[in-house]
Amino acid sequence: MPRSPEPAANAGTGFAAGFAASLLDPGRATPPIVSTTTGGRADRRYAVYRNNVTTSLADALADIFPAVRRLVGDAFFSGMAIAFARAHPPRSRLLFQYGHDFPAFVASFEPARDLPYLADVASIERAWLDAFHAADADPLPPQVLGTIPPDDLPAVVFHPHPALRILRSPYAAFSICTANRDGREPDAPIRGDVAEDTLVTRPGLIVSMRRLPPGTAAFLLALVGGSSFGAAIGTGFADTEEFAPAEAIRIMLNAGAFVAVGASRDRPSE
Amino acid sequence: MTVETTVRRPSRLRFPDRPVAGRAGASFKPEHLPEIDTDPSFHGFFEVHAENYMGAGGPPHAALVAIRQRFPVSLHGVTMSIGGPEPLDRTHLARFATLVDRYEPALVSEHLAWSTHEDVFFSDLLPLPYTRQTLDHVCAHVSQVQDAIGRPILMENPATYVFFPQSTYAETDFIREMAQRTGCGLLLDVNNVFVSATNHGFGALDYLMDFPLDLVGEIHLAGHDEQADDEGRPLLIDTHDRAVADPVWALYDTVIRQCGPIPTLVEWDNDVPDWSVLRDEANAAQRILDLHADRYLLGKRHAAVS
Repeated sequence: MPRSPEPAANAGTGFAAGFAASLLDPGRATPPIVSTTTGGRADRRYAVYRNNVTTSLADALADIFPAVRRLVGDAFFSGMAIAFARAHPPRSRLLFQYGHDFPAFVASFEPARDLPYLADVASIERAWLDAFHAADADPLPPQVLGTIPPDDLPAVVFHPHPALRILRSPYAAFSICTANRDGREPDAPIRGDVAEDTLVTRPGLIVSMRRLPPGTAAFLLALVGGSSFGAAIGTGFADTEEFAPAEAIRIMLNAGAFVAVGASRDRPSE
Repeated sequence: MTVETTVRRPSRLRFPDRPVAGRAGASFKPEHLPEIDTDPSFHGFFEVHAENYMGAGGPPHAALVAIRQRFPVSLHGVTMSIGGPEPLDRTHLARFATLVDRYEPALVSEHLAWSTHEDVFFSDLLPLPYTRQTLDHVCAHVSQVQDAIGRPILMENPATYVFFPQSTYAETDFIREMAQRTGCGLLLDVNNVFVSATNHGFGALDYLMDFPLDLVGEIHLAGHDEQADDEGRPLLIDTHDRAVADPVWALYDTVIRQCGPIPTLVEWDNDVPDWSVLRDEANAAQRILDLHADRYLLGKRHAAVS
């Protein structure tokens, strides 16, 4: 929108640009378009809005990433969240959609580089909130697979539940995340350098997170990508010889990862 | 003026018709749901922030369905950015209309403020100068919202911390003209009146005398914080994080004595206490409503026979 430098036009449409310019930039002066009622300085008054904006966004991030906050402490988290909010303010009016690029920011945040798993923990927490707000859908009844003729099974494709998320990490991101989200001490000490894959589902109203056995994440990601059942099993074995298809199938059915089966190459389903 | 097209469902009510007249309510906090479920003593209404229910599914909608079955619901929009110069976000407006359609709220409201500029969402209720041009924008936006949802909305007066020297309208004149031009109702936030009056050095009662009280369809009460401005004078902050202050209760009592019972909400959004504390605060508002309801009816009857 073209802006006129004249004060009259400024009062009509330009006030928002002038007011907004300094909200996320503490180095910029209080906009000259505001004052006290007697024309006095309004620095502390304008600072209320600055503080509301950064606090509101940092609080939203703290709500979305409680394990990350617990891992780094409130003060460190607040500094990191405000730095993120200033560099990446929300583009959506729905704060529960905020922070999808927070894990990438955490990964490149120099003061946090001693915690290499932190970004992957953040990814799991962001996936948890995605699953929380995802559309409701009935998961595939486990007995459905038994109704498919064995010869047809390899060609079957699976349609993912809207809440399904699969996250792979070279670190123990699942164990670290869950131990720090519910505040309970883990049963055994966590070895941070053990790779862990996480499955997030929400078959009903409760979000479920579980650690996946070897090869299962590759198998499930192949199914989500549209691979046939037979091809996805091959992908699981290509990921690791330890892949156990029967266990992977049991987990995906129990967790409610999929909502329907179909035939590949667009043949009629059922 | 743009008319938004929305798909209208049949007029059949999917929820019980729960009237809100004369009742006091409380902000709905999902963590209170188990206690609300087992509390037979609360007969008020609940207000929800519309944006929290704009996800596709999951626990938020399940909770709102449960609340809406038992209580009247007020749908309070926070992020429409009606006070900004930019066009309304049509996607957001469609989401808002869908919620109105789905939950059949007793009250629907938004703010005289803005929160988004050039695609950045600031997550705060930001102030605007009151001029002929901003009034035109606000009125077009209010009309656009009302066309999209097929009913009038209540527009809330803001709590503000700065003054715009360019303003050519008093806030009350701006609000009155907005209501006259759009047919919207008003949400009178008494705490905001007290906060702004203190911050800008005018009398809260003077503001209320200038305010079109006959158009008020809902009242908000909330707690505030006290800080200081650059000149060391008190600067009140609309924090919604504590009990309603005594001077705000006194102003509220004055308004209800003058206007009769108006649905009244106690807002509490930060440092949220146990349900029993919030319920007792709402019940305190209910007692004032009930007290003046009797006098008000008596007064009306006297007026009718005299």
